[in-house]
Amino acid sequence: METAQDTIQQNEAKAETSKTLFKGTGSQVLLNGLIEEGVTTIFGYPGGAIMPIYDALYDYADKLEHILVRHEQGGIHAAQGFARASGEVGVVFATSGPGATNLVTGLADAQIDSTPLVCITGQVFAHLLGTDAFQETDVINITTPVTKWNYQVTDAKEIQEVLAKAFYIAKSGRPGPVLIDITKNAQLQLEEFPEYVKCNHIRSYRPKPKVRVEYIEQAAELINSAKKPFILFGQGVILGKAEEEFKAFINKSGIPAAWTIMGEGAIPTSHPLNVGMLGMHGNYGPNVLTNEADVIIAIGMRFDDRVTGRLDKYAKQAKVVHLDIDPAEIDKNVKAEVGVWGDCKETLPLLTNLVNENKHEDWLAKFRQYNQEEIDQVITPELYPTGDEMTMGEVLRNINEICGGDAVIVTDVGQHQMVACRYAKFNNTRSNITSGGLGTMGFGLPAAIGAKYGAPDKTVIAIIGDGGFQMTPQELGTIMQFGAAVKILILNNRFLGMVRQWQQLFHDKRYSFVNITSPDFVALAKSYYIEAGKVDERANLRQALETMINHEGSYLLEVMVGRENNVFPMVPQGMSVSEIRLK
Amino acid sequence: MSTEDKIKYTEDTVDLEGKQEYTITVYAENRIGLLNRIAIIFSKRKINIESLNSSASEIEGIHRFNIVIHEGYEVVRKLARQIEKQIEVLKVYFNTNEEIIWQELALYKVSTDEIAEKVTVERLLRQYGASAVVIRKDYTVFAVTGHREETDALVKALEPYELIEFVRSARVAIIKDSAGFHEKLKEFEAFEPGEELVENEFLEKGQKIFTM
Repeated sequence: METAQDTIQQNEAKAETSKTLFKGTGSQVLLNGLIEEGVTTIFGYPGGAIMPIYDALYDYADKLEHILVRHEQGGIHAAQGFARASGEVGVVFATSGPGATNLVTGLADAQIDSTPLVCITGQVFAHLLGTDAFQETDVINITTPVTKWNYQVTDAKEIQEVLAKAFYIAKSGRPGPVLIDITKNAQLQLEEFPEYVKCNHIRSYRPKPKVRVEYIEQAAELINSAKKPFILFGQGVILGKAEEEFKAFINKSGIPAAWTIMGEGAIPTSHPLNVGMLGMHGNYGPNVLTNEADVIIAIGMRFDDRVTGRLDKYAKQAKVVHLDIDPAEIDKNVKAEVGVWGDCKETLPLLTNLVNENKHEDWLAKFRQYNQEEIDQVITPELYPTGDEMTMGEVLRNINEICGGDAVIVTDVGQHQMVACRYAKFNNTRSNITSGGLGTMGFGLPAAIGAKYGAPDKTVIAIIGDGGFQMTPQELGTIMQFGAAVKILILNNRFLGMVRQWQQLFHDKRYSFVNITSPDFVALAKSYYIEAGKVDERANLRQALETMINHEGSYLLEVMVGRENNVFPMVPQGMSVSEIRLK
Repeated sequence: MSTEDKIKYTEDTVDLEGKQEYTITVYAENRIGLLNRIAIIFSKRKINIESLNSSASEIEGIHRFNIVIHEGYEVVRKLARQIEKQIEVLKVYFNTNEEIIWQELALYKVSTDEIAEKVTVERLLRQYGASAVVIRKDYTVFAVTGHREETDALVKALEPYELIEFVRSARVAIIKDSAGFHEKLKEFEAFEPGEELVENEFLEKGQKIFTM
C-alpha cells in the first residue's frame, strides 16, 4: 500500500500544511475529503459499524446531501445512475455485514459497465476482525472480483490518502467501482490531519498511456484503403467524454457507425451516419453487414458475446482496428490488426487528421436497404400496430414524440430494455442508462432515482418491466421521502417476457415459471403518495403518457402491453450475426 | 542450444492442445489482498495454478510473484494483461521454460536406519546432487534443488526406503533476458513515463523479453 511516491507526496503535503492541521475524527476527515473531491450527493443506509460516519454526517447536512435509500442495492444502483447521468463519481455508504453484501450486485454491475463509484462500508472494530463479530463479513475478499480496487482502513491516518486514491482510481483510465472498508475504531479515532491532497499518480497504475503515433498511422492507412469500413462504438466514447471528437471523425471519414447499447446516445439517433444498434436484438443492417465490412473500427467497445454472436463466424473477412483505453480488451475476443491503445479523446483527433474525407455512398446505401427491410417487416408493425394489443414499441414512439429525444431513459433488463434501446430517440449523450453487461433486473428504478440527482434538469423516465419492478420496488419509499421526480413507466405483459420469448422460440413453448403476477401497481404507488395511473387501451395511451411526463414530481404509469409479443430482430444464441432473424 | 535441439525441446514441451508450461513473473506492490486479487484471475477462468511463489525482488518494497501454469500462448497472454491491469501490479512478464532459469527446492525425510542399512547416503548425495540438511539417529533430511524431474527422481529412488515426509517448494525463476526492474521502476515513479514503458506493448514485436 505505502509506496515511496505516496510517502513522498504525503510528507510534502505535511510539510506544506503543517500550520493548517485539522483536528478531528476519522469520520470527519472522510467527509471533508468527500467535499474536497466535489461530492454533493451520497446514497446510503446507516447501520452499527458505520454509525460514527453517520454521526459526523449530521453536521454536514448543508454540504452533503444524503439520500436514505430503502436497501443498499438500491443505494448502489442509484449511485450508478447518478454517475452515468452526470459523468461524476457516484458515492455510496453502507454498513458492515449485510449492508456491504447488499452492494455486491451493484459493484458487479458497475465493474462490467465501467461505472465510477466510491463505496464506503463500515466494518467492525479492528480488534474484532476475524472473530466472527456481529455483522462482520469479509467484504474486501467478497468484493475483490467486482471492484477495480478495494482497501480496508484500520487506522484513521490512512483515510485521506486512501480516499484520494479511491477517487483517482474510480474515475481515471477505464473507470470502475472502488470500495473502502473502514473499521469502526478508525472512524472514531481522533487525530490531527494534514490538508487533503488529491491523488494524480500511482506508480503501479497507468490509467492512460502515451499515444503512439505509428499505430494511429497504421490505423489510418487501413481505414483509408477500406471500401466498406464500419465503425462499432461503445461506452468508451461517452466515458472518455469524446463525443465531439467522435462526431468529427465520422463526419470526415463518412463511415457508417453502429452502437452497442452502452454506447447509445454518444451521437444523436438522428445523425445520418448512425446506422443503429449492434447485437442480439440490434438492427438488421449493422448485424448482417458486420460480416461484409472489410475494415471494422471498434471504438471503446469490448466485443461482448451479445454483440458478436458466434465468434468464429464473426467478421472473419474484416481487418479490425481497435481503439481502447484498456489494453486487456484488445485481442481479448476479436483479434485486432491494429490495436490503438489510448484514451479515444486523444486518439480520435489524431486519427481524424489522417483519414481521408469520404462519403461511402454505395456502402451506406446497403445499410439503408437493410433498414428499409427491417422497417417494413419489424419496425412499422411494432411502432404502429394494428392489432388490439398495445406494443412496447408504440409506447416508446409516443415518448419520442412527447419528449423529442431530450429525456434521460433509464431501463431495467429484459424485453422492454431491448425495445427501449432500439426505439428510444436520443439527442444527448448520457441519456441512455441501462444495465448492459450484467443485465441486472431491479436496476431501473433505483438507477433512475440516481439519474435524476445526476441530471436534475432533465426529464428522467424509468422504463421497467413488471418483473424487474418487483425486484426493487422498495425504492418508491426513497422517492416518497426525497421527492426525486422520476417518471416510472411499467410495461406490463404479465410475463417474464424475455425468458418467455426464449422458451417459446427455443424450448418448445414450455413456459416454465415465467408467468408472473403483479400487485396493483397504481395502489402500490399511491400507498407511497406517488401519483399513478394505468392504461389498458390504445385510445388512452397518449394522454396518459403526457399526464405522466407533464406531472410535477414523480409519477407511475402502468401500461398493459401484449402478453406474447417478441423482440425482433434476433440473433439466436450460438448463431452468427449474419443469421439474424426478422421473425 | 542449437536449432535442432530447440525444435526437439519445443516438441517435447508443447502438448497436443498447444499448451505448455509458462512462468509468469509479476512485479507488484507488497499489499495485503493482492495475492487474492491475482489468484482469482486464474480461478475465474478455471485455470489451475501449478506453482506460486511470492517473494522479495531485486528492489526493496517490491514484491515478485512467480506463477506457473500449463496453458496455451493466447490464454497466458490474456491472463498476463488481466494481471497487469490490477492497480498494484507494476509489470507482468510471461516466459516459456527456455526463456528462464528456474529452480525448485525439495526436502526429503527418511529413516536413518533404513537408508544406512539399505543404501549408502553417499550414493544418494552424489547421484541426485542432494545435500544432507539434518542427520539424526531417527531420521535424515535431504535437500535437492533443481527442476521438477530431478526432485521427482529422488522421490522415486527413496520410495523403497520409507520416505517419511516430502515437500517441494514453488518454482522460483529468473528471466534470462531481463535487465532487472531498477530502470523500469524509475519510469513508473516518474509522473510522465517514457516511451519504453508506455509502449503499445502487444504490438511490439522486436522485444527480446516478451511483455505483452
